[in-house]
Amino acid sequence: MTAATRWLRHNLFRTKRDAFLTLVFGALAIWLIYKTVRFVFVTGRWTIIEVNLRILMVGRYPEVHDLRLAVTLIVLAAWGGLLAGFLRGRQFRAGRITSEDSKLTAARVLDLFERLWIPLAVIVLLLMLSGTAGPWLMVGLALVAALAGRLIGPVFGRLRLGAAVSAVIMLVFAAVPLGMYFYVVTAVGFDGWGGFMLNLFLSVCSIILCYPLGVLLALGRRSGLPLVRLVCTAYIEIIRGAPLFVLLLLANVALGFFVPDSLAPATSTRAIVVFTFFTAAYMAEIIRGGLQSIPRGQIEAAKAVGLSPIRQTGYIVLPQALRNVIPAQIGQLISLFKDTTLAGIAMSLFELLNVSGAITSQPEFRGQGLIAETLTFAALMFWVVSYTMSRESQRLEKRLGVGSR
Amino acid sequence: MTATVTSRVPLWRNVNVLKWVAQLVVVAIVVAIVIWLYGNYTENASDQNIPTSFDFLDNPAGFQITGNSLSQSAPVRDALVEGILNTLRVSIVAIVAATVLGTLVGIGRLSSNWIVKKLATVYVEAVRNIPLALFLTASLLVVVLGVFPQITDAWDLAGLAIISNRGVAVAWFNGSGVGLLLLVALGALAWYLVMRWRGRVADRTGALPRSGLWGAGAFIVVLGAGWALFGYSYTLPSVVGRGTEGGIRIDPSFFALFLALTIYTASHIAEIVRGSIQAVARGQGEAADAIALSGFQRMWYIILPQAMRIAIPPIGNQYLNLIKNSSLGAAIGYYDLTLVAQTSVGNGSPAVPAFFLTMTVYICISLVVSAFVNLANRRMMLVER
Repeated sequence: MTAATRWLRHNLFRTKRDAFLTLVFGALAIWLIYKTVRFVFVTGRWTIIEVNLRILMVGRYPEVHDLRLAVTLIVLAAWGGLLAGFLRGRQFRAGRITSEDSKLTAARVLDLFERLWIPLAVIVLLLMLSGTAGPWLMVGLALVAALAGRLIGPVFGRLRLGAAVSAVIMLVFAAVPLGMYFYVVTAVGFDGWGGFMLNLFLSVCSIILCYPLGVLLALGRRSGLPLVRLVCTAYIEIIRGAPLFVLLLLANVALGFFVPDSLAPATSTRAIVVFTFFTAAYMAEIIRGGLQSIPRGQIEAAKAVGLSPIRQTGYIVLPQALRNVIPAQIGQLISLFKDTTLAGIAMSLFELLNVSGAITSQPEFRGQGLIAETLTFAALMFWVVSYTMSRESQRLEKRLGVGSR
Repeated sequence: MTATVTSRVPLWRNVNVLKWVAQLVVVAIVVAIVIWLYGNYTENASDQNIPTSFDFLDNPAGFQITGNSLSQSAPVRDALVEGILNTLRVSIVAIVAATVLGTLVGIGRLSSNWIVKKLATVYVEAVRNIPLALFLTASLLVVVLGVFPQITDAWDLAGLAIISNRGVAVAWFNGSGVGLLLLVALGALAWYLVMRWRGRVADRTGALPRSGLWGAGAFIVVLGAGWALFGYSYTLPSVVGRGTEGGIRIDPSFFALFLALTIYTASHIAEIVRGSIQAVARGQGEAADAIALSGFQRMWYIILPQAMRIAIPPIGNQYLNLIKNSSLGAAIGYYDLTLVAQTSVGNGSPAVPAFFLTMTVYICISLVVSAFVNLANRRMMLVER
């Protein structure tokens, strides 16, 4: 018996029932593959995507300001590379990894490629669809910047700097994304974002903003002060009981009632406000899980060395608690990212799902039933980001050993 | 002793006093924020002459709900109740379907059959990472309005269901719905009692219990007897002109919402089921093999009952998510609670009270469902020593 037939016997035709399942589901699989391939290469009319690629990705962002987007992407790539390299250097300094671990070997490159080939393939597909040189240049420079940052970062990470110097560096470092944000937004005003960029922007903003509130709520719900606990629990349970969609509708028509006219926010700000307060409640529950996973001995040890309650929490409990629930936090980020589509429906924000509906009624594409094509494109975009994040989170989960201890 | 110690500590260093001061400060801040928001709201509302009371519930709704006999002059209250019923309808049907599909896919992911495993994995990984709103749009615009045929050449499933882009018509019963529901409840009770009786018989005599078969038989007997006794009958759908007659007509928006909710939630349930099955100790399956249970028996009697114990809390969470997600039906024109509230706001009901009422209803539904889930969880929980 050859290896192939043995494999077939073992995996597909072990018993009669198995053979039956194989035939039924094999037929289903072949039919699905046939349909998909036919749709992608034969029946699908993808001109609408090529023509509207820009509007799908960045909405109505003015073309004259494209340079701002490119610069922002490159700076953020360098920033991310620096951060990753810096953390690597710190780990090295702390003796958690050896210099062998950071050598760029062929195995590591292969591993990196295996992890990231799907998003890379999608990026290449997008670049090929774009048909001009600008995006290629932008992505190429961004890659170079990220690589340079990654190579320079460890040097900073290994340095031993004074407290004042490192505080200044931290501040500058934190200021970079904020500066980039203003650089992009001053070109168009607050509601000028659109397309897939808006989905990414809304989710990143909300996830960052919800952290302080989420941590406070989690600590409050576990605090020994009954009134504080009551307030936090009530907030968390009320928000978790209400659908996000209704909260968005409420914010869209009614947020203006609750604040003075001078504070009445732009639509995308409203969306961020809702996403932030909504995600904070879920984040609080995740962080509470992390807090519960900290052994009592840790707090007792912190008390024994005479740390104040605030330092016990800040230096001992929270860092471990947050690290223990990183995968769950990424899961929340993914679901927030998917939920940004609701802002398009409830608030008519011009995000990717809304755009993919709207472009089918352009004069040259109207009435041709192209919604399947545009929705497929939108689905691919959402899928590739969520899938990559969830894969990376699974990898992180394995590395941190969460659940296996 | 302690009393003398505390009495020597000055007030501003007394931990007990400080704790209460801190709590009062927190509560004061929260109350201040609420008062500020509420003040702004009443002021802005009175500036624009918008009522803040719930009197609008008695005003005529001024719109009609698809598939419902409620007239336009019916009060908003009745329309909202109809909306709540619609929300519950789609949620219950989708919860049942998603549980069945999710469990099957979850088991499929652990199958020894390569094709089944791959298909289940592709399903989960594809569906979980795409927004529900996108599925919803696709299931209405692509599946129902695109793939389903015109009414003139509708798909006819053995006369039991007629599928076209005008919706789905399925065979249905004639008679009181509440009565039938009671009958089903009675049947379920009979099922449960017969199962317990068979269990006792098996314990006493050692005969094969076959409690599932006996129970299902009792259920069918009770239902059939009731059906005949109370004179229920059924009608089959048929195409008449450009519509269908007979049976029950399921609106395209209901069908699309049901489809999207089921497919989406099933992918999450599948992951939970897979995780729970993997969490059941390996020795349990090996023991089942050792006493020569069949694959089905091994799954049904040994693995699933133990896996369900682990799975109940997260699956309950998915049910809650599904109910809340059903509010998205508003986006495709399904008259659930959200769309009724939204439409009535469009027709002049004040937005803030209307949406607050909507939120309160969802929160109440969530609380009731989570109470049931907790109950189930307590009953299934392993009693250790």
